[in-house]
Amino acid sequence: MSDNKAALTTFRDDVAAWMAENVPADPGFLLPLTFLEVGTEQQLDFLREWQHKLWSAGYLGMHWPTEYGGQGADPAFQYIVDKELGRHNAPIIFNTIGLNWVGPLLLDMGTGEEKAKYIKNILSAEEIWCQGFSEPDHGSDLGAVQTRAVRDGDEYVVNGSKIWTTLGNYADHMILLARTNPNTERKYDGLSFFLSPMKIDGVEAHPIRKVTGEYGFNQTFFTDARIPASCLMGDEGGGWTVAMKTLEYERGVTAGQASGHWGVTIQIDDMIEELSHIEHDGAPLLADPVVRDDLVGFIMEAKALTLNGRRMAIPALNSDYPMGLALSVKYRGTEYERRMKQYTASKQGAQSALYVGDDDAVRGGFWQRAYFSNFGATIGGGTTQVQANIIAEHVLGLPK
Amino acid sequence: MSLLQNVAISVSDEQGMLLDVARGFVRDQTPIAAVRAQLETEPGFDPAIWKAMVDMGWTGIALPDSVGGAGMGVGSAVPVFEAMGGGLLGTPLLATTLAGQLLWRAAGEGAADWLGRLCAGSVATVAILDAADWGGANTGVRLDGQGSLTGGKRFVADAGVADYFVVLASEEGAPVLALVERSAVQEGAISANVLIDLTKRAANVDFTGVMPAEVIRGESVSTALRDTLLLGALLTAAESTGAADRCLTSITEYLKTRKQFGKLIGSYQALKHPTVDIYVGMENARAFVYHGATVVGEGALSRDAEIACRMAKVAADDVIVFAGDRSVQFHGGFGFTWDCDSTLFIRRAQWAQQMYGGAIHHRKRLAKLLLDG
Ligand SMILES: Cc1cc2nc3c(=O)[nH]c(=O)nc-3n(C[C@H](O)[C@H](O)[C@H](O)COP(=O)(O)OP(=O)(O)OC[C@H]3O[C@@H](n4cnc5c(N)ncnc54)[C@H](O)[C@@H]3O)c2cc1C
Repeated sequence: MSDNKAALTTFRDDVAAWMAENVPADPGFLLPLTFLEVGTEQQLDFLREWQHKLWSAGYLGMHWPTEYGGQGADPAFQYIVDKELGRHNAPIIFNTIGLNWVGPLLLDMGTGEEKAKYIKNILSAEEIWCQGFSEPDHGSDLGAVQTRAVRDGDEYVVNGSKIWTTLGNYADHMILLARTNPNTERKYDGLSFFLSPMKIDGVEAHPIRKVTGEYGFNQTFFTDARIPASCLMGDEGGGWTVAMKTLEYERGVTAGQASGHWGVTIQIDDMIEELSHIEHDGAPLLADPVVRDDLVGFIMEAKALTLNGRRMAIPALNSDYPMGLALSVKYRGTEYERRMKQYTASKQGAQSALYVGDDDAVRGGFWQRAYFSNFGATIGGGTTQVQANIIAEHVLGLPK
Repeated sequence: MSLLQNVAISVSDEQGMLLDVARGFVRDQTPIAAVRAQLETEPGFDPAIWKAMVDMGWTGIALPDSVGGAGMGVGSAVPVFEAMGGGLLGTPLLATTLAGQLLWRAAGEGAADWLGRLCAGSVATVAILDAADWGGANTGVRLDGQGSLTGGKRFVADAGVADYFVVLASEEGAPVLALVERSAVQEGAISANVLIDLTKRAANVDFTGVMPAEVIRGESVSTALRDTLLLGALLTAAESTGAADRCLTSITEYLKTRKQFGKLIGSYQALKHPTVDIYVGMENARAFVYHGATVVGEGALSRDAEIACRMAKVAADDVIVFAGDRSVQFHGGFGFTWDCDSTLFIRRAQWAQQMYGGAIHHRKRLAKLLLDG
């Protein structure tokens, strides 16, 4: 036990020393706040190189098997790396869909061949992954997706459209949920899950601009796109189960992710620090009793999130509502962050009105942009309202 | 150092066992029907239940072995109060536990006799409030040169059944604790409050002319008082967390059985989503309560412990008030009746939210602790 502790401490020192040397300096152009907003080739090249460097140094996929490019260590090591990345304000590790959803999914349910083919390139950033679940007409109701995949010999022929495809225009592969049988009694039973190539004829991704003014997601069109039948993961008609497992990784309900550093770390301390420089009614903002009371509320929310995270490991405090704490992480965390960023963005007097690009904006418009960007977290991966339904139904047993 | 400060949370095997035992006791020995049977009795509890609690050693959990306690520390009382809250079980355990803390913290072994009595089952209580203000000095009762008290205290928990009182008073401007035997209090000096929560009891007590059996003086009194109020907040928060959880169960049970417009009402999101927020609020309160239990430790409360107790109270107040309020609404006309348990929850909520200071009281102090450091 204490050997382990000593090993972790040494490791932390090594990582910190490496980061001090190797975390890239500000490149002089705007970097995305999260993996959802990689919108230019320049950003892409920069982030790809950075992820490759981190992996080459042996600091990515710490607990993934060595035969697939991981480090074969305890998850605690990855946690340390993520913490240090945050502490050093390192650029994000952007291949998130691969690192955090596809990788764990393949390690969990994939064949030996699939693991060998894909995992190392996820870690090295040689191959980028995207997710083709949502469609223009079917988002929250994911089970109703209509993109068709029709078996034709050794291939499937895909037609239809996916939307909000993050990284879709840069991706090499997509996890694709498509309908192989339109005539099943239950809509879920007609779905299949594919590890589908993106850079083939008949697949086109068109970038869509976001509230933040940036790009990062796409509408993806499939027009008679032919993909090898071997891309099918699991059984034909068994896609829903695989998709649900993917969402567990995406929503942080199940652990196994290779890097938690998918967005710029913003903590309650950053909020208070920022607000401590602001004048309001000719006095420091932090002297205003109303603001002080609001901030106590935010600090308590942040602390409750941390305490509940720690509590998940304590059976005596975590058994009354099985899965309850895990299923509420996204629900509580993403909404807290949204409100916290909105608050900070709006307490800057007239400067609150400035946005990224204005030299006078507080911290370059960071908070305004972070607030908008945060909707990616409260909408993506299942909206807050849908999360509330899930908690109600799965934790509290309420009817659909 | 991060603003979040200390985020320790753990449960010892002993605390885990206490939680199981206390929950089992409350479930089997004091079902809601038994609690209801006591609502309009004078003491408000069944003496046999109180005796069973004393026999299990609950009055001494938080006190050291040397005075007859279990030596488990005050953090170990938290699971017991959470379980009691879950059954809306009254009894003078809270009053007695806090009297024990106040005495032990102010006088240590010097109060061994008084503490020994309390561990053996005597009911003790703290008489703190001069008026309604938990943030006031509350030193209006005077101890004069002849050793006699003048003045009264209000909202004294379980005064009607107390064997002795620990009275906050002042002597030449300094706070002191006067120990008063029940027998020293005049007939008619105790007038019961009509409390909103019928599982609880309190009274105004006039101590004028009373000669305390003993007086505790010195520096330690102020610290002991401050810490006892904070522990009162923590233990009340533990009770409220248990009560909110029970209230949540009663809401979900109704939402799963009551139908309107041909559907179970639990399928309506206007009911479903606030119910999720009660759940999430309860889990938050529980996190703070057990964080508090983890950091209170021995001796004078640290800054971290102070923050923990105050946050626990704020979080628990918020959720019990919300849960009790929504419970009435979500049960419709039945919710508005005396027979619906929502009555018990909403009344408990309105009682608990002010005890040992309400949310504003604690948030104001938290602002200072967190933002002016
Ligand atoms: C930044 C960003 C990146 C994304 N990246 C990807 C990606 O890479 N791949 C991918 O497949 N998808 C992606 N998504 C899509 C995301 O998963 C969907 O947007 C989401 O599931 C919601 O679906 P929708 O947009 O169709 O909204 P809708 O489902 O139409 O929802 C509209 C509103 O109705 C509410 N609502 C819907 N159903 C219910 C219900 N049953 N109860 C209560 N309220 C309900 C929702 O909460 C929402 O407020 C991304 C989204 C965003 C914002």
